[in-house]
Amino acid sequence: MKILVCISNVPDTTTKITFNNDNTSFNEGGVQYVLNPYDEIALSRAVELAESNSGTVTVINVGEASTEPTIRKALAVGATDAVRVNAAPRDAYFVAQQIANYAKDKAFDLILTGRESIDYNGAQVAAMLGELLHIPSVSIIKKLNIEGGNAVVEREIEGGKEVLSIPLPIVAGTAEGVAEWKIPNMRGIMSARTKPLNVVEPISVEQLAQIVKFDTPAPRGSVKLIDAAEPEKLIDLLHAEAKVI
Amino acid sequence: MSVLVYVENAEGKFKKSIFEAVSYAKSVAAQLDTSLIAISIGNVAQDELAKLAKYGANKTLNVNTEQLKTFVNQAYASVIAEAAKKENAEVVVLSNSFSGKGLAPRIGVKLEAAVISGAIELPDTTGGQFKVKRSAFSNKAFATVEATSKVKVISLTPNAYQVIEKAGEGNIEDFNAPVDQQDLKAVIKEVVRATDKVSLPDAELVVSAGRGLKGPENWGMIEELASLLGAATACSKPVSDADWRPHSEHVGQTGIAISPNLYIAIGISGAIQHLAGVSSSKVIVVINKDPEAPFFKVADYGIVGDAFEIVPKLIEAVKSLKANA
Ligand SMILES: Cc1cc2nc3c(=O)[nH]c(=O)nc-3n(C[C@H](O)[C@H](O)[C@H](O)COP(=O)(O)OP(=O)(O)OC[C@H]3O[C@@H](n4cnc5c(N)ncnc54)[C@H](O)[C@@H]3O)c2cc1C
Ligand SMILES: Nc1ncnc2c1ncn2[C@@H]1O[C@H](COP(=O)(O)O)[C@@H](O)[C@H]1O
Repeated sequence: MKILVCISNVPDTTTKITFNNDNTSFNEGGVQYVLNPYDEIALSRAVELAESNSGTVTVINVGEASTEPTIRKALAVGATDAVRVNAAPRDAYFVAQQIANYAKDKAFDLILTGRESIDYNGAQVAAMLGELLHIPSVSIIKKLNIEGGNAVVEREIEGGKEVLSIPLPIVAGTAEGVAEWKIPNMRGIMSARTKPLNVVEPISVEQLAQIVKFDTPAPRGSVKLIDAAEPEKLIDLLHAEAKVI
Repeated sequence: MSVLVYVENAEGKFKKSIFEAVSYAKSVAAQLDTSLIAISIGNVAQDELAKLAKYGANKTLNVNTEQLKTFVNQAYASVIAEAAKKENAEVVVLSNSFSGKGLAPRIGVKLEAAVISGAIELPDTTGGQFKVKRSAFSNKAFATVEATSKVKVISLTPNAYQVIEKAGEGNIEDFNAPVDQQDLKAVIKEVVRATDKVSLPDAELVVSAGRGLKGPENWGMIEELASLLGAATACSKPVSDADWRPHSEHVGQTGIAISPNLYIAIGISGAIQHLAGVSSSKVIVVINKDPEAPFFKVADYGIVGDAFEIVPKLIEAVKSLKANA
C-alpha cells in the first residue's frame, strides 16, 4: 500500500498575526513554523495504516528550503521518505498542481491532506488533487479505515455524519478523530536524519488569483460586565440592546 | 453571461444558509447586470424549489435523477460545472458547507476558475476587477483575493450575508447532464443526521461550555439553556477529548469554525486556539469565575461568577422573557 501525505508548514497556532509591505504580505519576523496540525493527524493515520498493511508513506511539501525542519519532523513521526517541490506555495491551486504532477505516475493508493491549512484555511488542496488526478476525494473525514480495496471513511455533514465506501485510490482531507497525534520518539528522530528527502523542481502553473491585501479584525469594544448577583440583566441586554435573542 | 448558485438540500429542504447563498449570488448578479440561475440536485419538491425565486433566482435547474439522489461529490461537481458551461456562468456561488467544501475546488479546476473559499463579503467589481474578502489565519485576519480568471467560484461562509427577499418570478426546468460512471464510485453506507437539534455550523445562537463545568453530568443546564434559546451546543477541545461531549461539538482551531450571531462561552478560558473558531461571532458573552480569563478581552458581555449559580438564573430569565413575549 502506497500512501502520500501532503504536509504544509504553517505559523504556530499561538502566533500573533501581523502584516508588512503595506498589508500585502504576512510578517514572518520571529514566527515559529510548525507542521500543520491537521497534516499531523493525516500523517499519524498514514503511518498506522502503512504498519498494518505493509505499506510506505511518502510525505510531500511544496516549499522552499526553509521548510526542511518540518519535513524532517514528518520523517521522525514515521514517514518512509520525503519530497520537496522547490517553490514558494503561491496558493492551493499551485500546490495541488505540483503535487498532482508528482503523483500522477506513482500509483499511490491513498493520498491524504489535512482538512485545511491553518494559515490560508482554503480547504482546497484535497479536492483539487482529486480532480486533477481524476479520482474521488472527500474533503473532511473524521474516520478512515481500509477494507479490502476500499477506503471506508466517515465524513462530517451538518448536524451528523455520513459513512462512505470508496474504491481506492482516493484523496481525503483529514480532521480530528482520524488518529491521535504521534509524538516522534528518539529512534524516529535519529533515523529521520538519514531518510531520503528528494528535491524536485516545480512545473509552471497559470495564476488564477492573488491575495492583494490583508486586514485584521477591528478590536471589539471593551466588555460590558454584568453583576453576578443579577444575571437576568444579561438576558435583558441580549434582548433589548444586542437584539440577538 | 450569468451567475450560477448551487442550492444544496438537506433531506429535500433548503436551510437558511442556502437562502443566504442565493441572496448573495443575486447581489453579485445585480452588480454584474446579469441573471441568477440556481441548480438543485437531488429530490426536492416543486414547492420547495419555488422558494428560490423569492430570493432572486430567475431560473432553477432541477436535477432529479435516480443516480444523483444522494450526494456524490465527484458527480455533483461534474453536473454543476456542466450547468455553469451551459449557462455561460462567470461566477459560481456555493455555501461553504461540508459538502460545498468538497465541491468548490473540483468545480474550480474543471472551469479553470479561481476558487475563493469562505467569502464574507460581496465582491468588489468596480472597473471590471473582481476582489473578494475572506477570512484567513483561523479568523485572526482577512485576506482580499483578486481573481483574474474568467470564471470565479465563491463559497460563502454561513451567517456572513443576509437573506434578502425580492419580489420576482422564476421558472423551474429539468436539467439532465450526462453522468460518467467513473464519477459514481463512492457509495454511501450510512447517514446519521440529528434532525431534532440545531446543527452547529448553521446555528445563529450557540451555547458553549468548557472544562469549568467539571464533568459531563453537569451539561443538563447547558442543554436546557440552549434549547430554550433555540441554540446549538458547543464545547472546548478538552471537553470532547475527555468524551464529555461528542467531537462534532468541538469548536476552535482543530474543531470547527463558526460565526453565529451570539456565542455564549461558559467555563471556557479563551485560549487562542479556541478563539480561532469563534472570534467572528457577532456577539460574544463570557461567563467565567476568573476575572483574568483571557476570554473577557474579546467578549461583548461578561459575568464574573460561578456557572453553577449563574446558568440556572439565566434559564429562569429566558423563561420569563419568553412568557412576556
Ligand atoms: C495545536 C492545538 C490546537 C488546539 N485546538 C483547540 C480547539 O480547536 N478548540 C479548543 O477549545 N481548544 C483547542 N486547544 C486547546 C486550548 O489551548 C485550551 O487548552 C482549551 O481551549 C482549554 O479549554 P477550556 O477553556 O475548556 O479549559 P480551561 O483552560 O481549563 O479553562 C476552564 C475555565 O473555566 C473556568 N471555570 C472553572 N470553574 C468554573 C465555574 N464554576 N464557573 C465558571 N467558570 C469556571 C476557569 O476559570 C477557566 O477559565 C488546542 C491546543 C493546541 C496546542
Ligand atoms: N505547501 C504545501 N505543500 C504540501 N501540502 C500542502 C501545502 N499547502 C497545503 N497543503 C495540504 O493541503 C491541505 C489543505 O490546505 P489548504 O487547501 O491550503 O487549506 C493541508 O492540510 C496540506 O495537507
